Amino acid sequence: MNKTVNQKAWFFVLPVVLLVAFNAIIPLMTVVNFSVQETFGDNVFFWAGVQWFEQVLQSPRFHAALGRQLLFTAIILLIEIPLGLAIALTMPRKGPWVSVCLVLMALPLLIPWNVVGAMWNIFALPDIGFLGRLINGLGIEYNYTRQPFSAWFTMVLMDVWHWTSLVVLLCYAGLVSIPDAYYQAAKVDGARPWAVFRYIQLPKLKYVLTIAILLRFMDSFMIYTEAVVLTGGGPGNATTFLSIDLQKIALGQFDLGPAGAMSIIYFLIILFFSWLFYTLMMKDEAR
Amino acid sequence: MAKITLQDIRHAYGPNPESDEDWALKKLSLDLADGGAYALLGPSGCGKTTLLNLISGLLTPTEGRILFDNADVTQASPEQRNIAQVFQFPVIYDTMTVYDNLAFPLRNRGIGEKEVDARVREIGKMLELDHMLNKRASGLTADGKQKISLGRGLVRSDVNVIMFDEPLTVIDPHLKWVLRSKLKELHHRIRRTMIYVTHDQTEALTFAEKVVVMKDGQIVQIGTPIELFEKPKHTFVGHFIGSPGMNLLPCTVEGGRAVFAGNPVAAANAAAYKGNGKVLEIGVRPEFVSFGAQGIPVDIVKVADAGRYRIVETRHQDHSIKLLVAEGLVLPTRQAHLQFDPAHTQIYEDGWMVS
Repeated sequence: MNKTVNQKAWFFVLPVVLLVAFNAIIPLMTVVNFSVQETFGDNVFFWAGVQWFEQVLQSPRFHAALGRQLLFTAIILLIEIPLGLAIALTMPRKGPWVSVCLVLMALPLLIPWNVVGAMWNIFALPDIGFLGRLINGLGIEYNYTRQPFSAWFTMVLMDVWHWTSLVVLLCYAGLVSIPDAYYQAAKVDGARPWAVFRYIQLPKLKYVLTIAILLRFMDSFMIYTEAVVLTGGGPGNATTFLSIDLQKIALGQFDLGPAGAMSIIYFLIILFFSWLFYTLMMKDEAR
Repeated sequence: MAKITLQDIRHAYGPNPESDEDWALKKLSLDLADGGAYALLGPSGCGKTTLLNLISGLLTPTEGRILFDNADVTQASPEQRNIAQVFQFPVIYDTMTVYDNLAFPLRNRGIGEKEVDARVREIGKMLELDHMLNKRASGLTADGKQKISLGRGLVRSDVNVIMFDEPLTVIDPHLKWVLRSKLKELHHRIRRTMIYVTHDQTEALTFAEKVVVMKDGQIVQIGTPIELFEKPKHTFVGHFIGSPGMNLLPCTVEGGRAVFAGNPVAAANAAAYKGNGKVLEIGVRPEFVSFGAQGIPVDIVKVADAGRYRIVETRHQDHSIKLLVAEGLVLPTRQAHLQFDPAHTQIYEDGWMVS
């Protein structure tokens, strides 16, 4: 078969190329610009090569922030994905409760991120917050502004509260799209509930779960607003994640070179993990 | 294997059925003999799938009892009834191989791997899936997938009945014929009760020993394909089965003879008419109408060539009458006369055959 060759087609792609260029590539290039040069202001630049990249990659501070970030994202994924799936499985498929459940589930997603941070900040205060008072009342010493563990606990709880709904809604949409015939066939074949989950529901949810994992990975890996409002990265540096650290370097210390290099490394890490998750989840399709 | 008895079954999907339309299935009783091949035939929405799901246990009837070998199973689950069902769209377990798909119903019932292996290989061979047992089921074509669904129904040797809910809908036309013959062959081989739901008369008539014709939630006629063809009990059967359908002509009955638009017509059941119907019709299939030297005078309106025969549409006053003429026979020009075969001409009273 001969394929038609028509170079004029490029012309039609031009608008979208321009859009992507102004939207993504050009802003990204300014970061690249900072990451390979040294500046003292006044728009004067000196070539720095890979110096900033070396500095960032060798800095213990970056390693610590990256470690915290990976740990946080791992905890979030391990809790939110199974929990969201479990909630979606227990939600009703028919009847008046469907809309009630859906609205309740969607509520946390509608709240602005900094409001979520502020809510939990007050909610968890050990002296006046309901949650803080409750935990301390149970005889457990809890103060998220002083204890790193309490800070992490609060941060994870807040994120689970805020974002599990997204996983629930995605999984629910996937579940209701499974035709009844599958469940009927499973009944006729004598499948137990576990087998129905393992061989019908889970395989049919593969695509939505892939999307859920990717979205939750990217979002939790880039968490900023809620964390800043809740703990500001503290106590000490206990909850200083990559984005908070980056903000401190770029705008706190005004180290534009290292900040540029760090931005690019940050971006590449997210790109790598997204590719990794996607490839692993879609591995079977290629066969 | 089992004899299946439905006693005074009624079913409604909504709660508190009141009017006639609320009942998806109106009161009916049905006996299905052990080892028979049955077809439930009717237009979409006539209740045939409802009836099938009642027999399989996916639905519980609002009223009435279902018996398998005289044991009441009305409240039993599909698993307890030990039935198999093949659905309209192929249902396969995507992540499993063809082998595991076929083994699934057996493994769920705790059958030993040795027996599972023997059964799966036997069924695989029967359905010509044996060369792809280790392939992943999701990679197969639609007909391959439907064969797997079929195989899962056949793999258990002790099922009471195997049910098919329009199983060939998504299959390519040239493979439909292959799968249909395969089903027929399987039935001859294993002699298990099979119920086949379809709206396609060809499928029903080729597969079944007995066809149950349904309309608006009611059974209109149960009979062999030949009975449905030669003696349709209701004008609906006459029209729904056969291509083209039966000719229906308004008539009156005078002194034990049917009269159609002033022409006396001999009908097989004219003597049985007691005289209480509101609408009277003569029903005669195009196969049993022929041209003759005398009879009902008609004009020829249209001739359609259908291969081995021609469908001739004629007109007597406002009434259209169709007949089949074998190829090679010469058609009369313009004015012609029609004769009806008296043995296959019936009088219908409010839709039902007079008897």
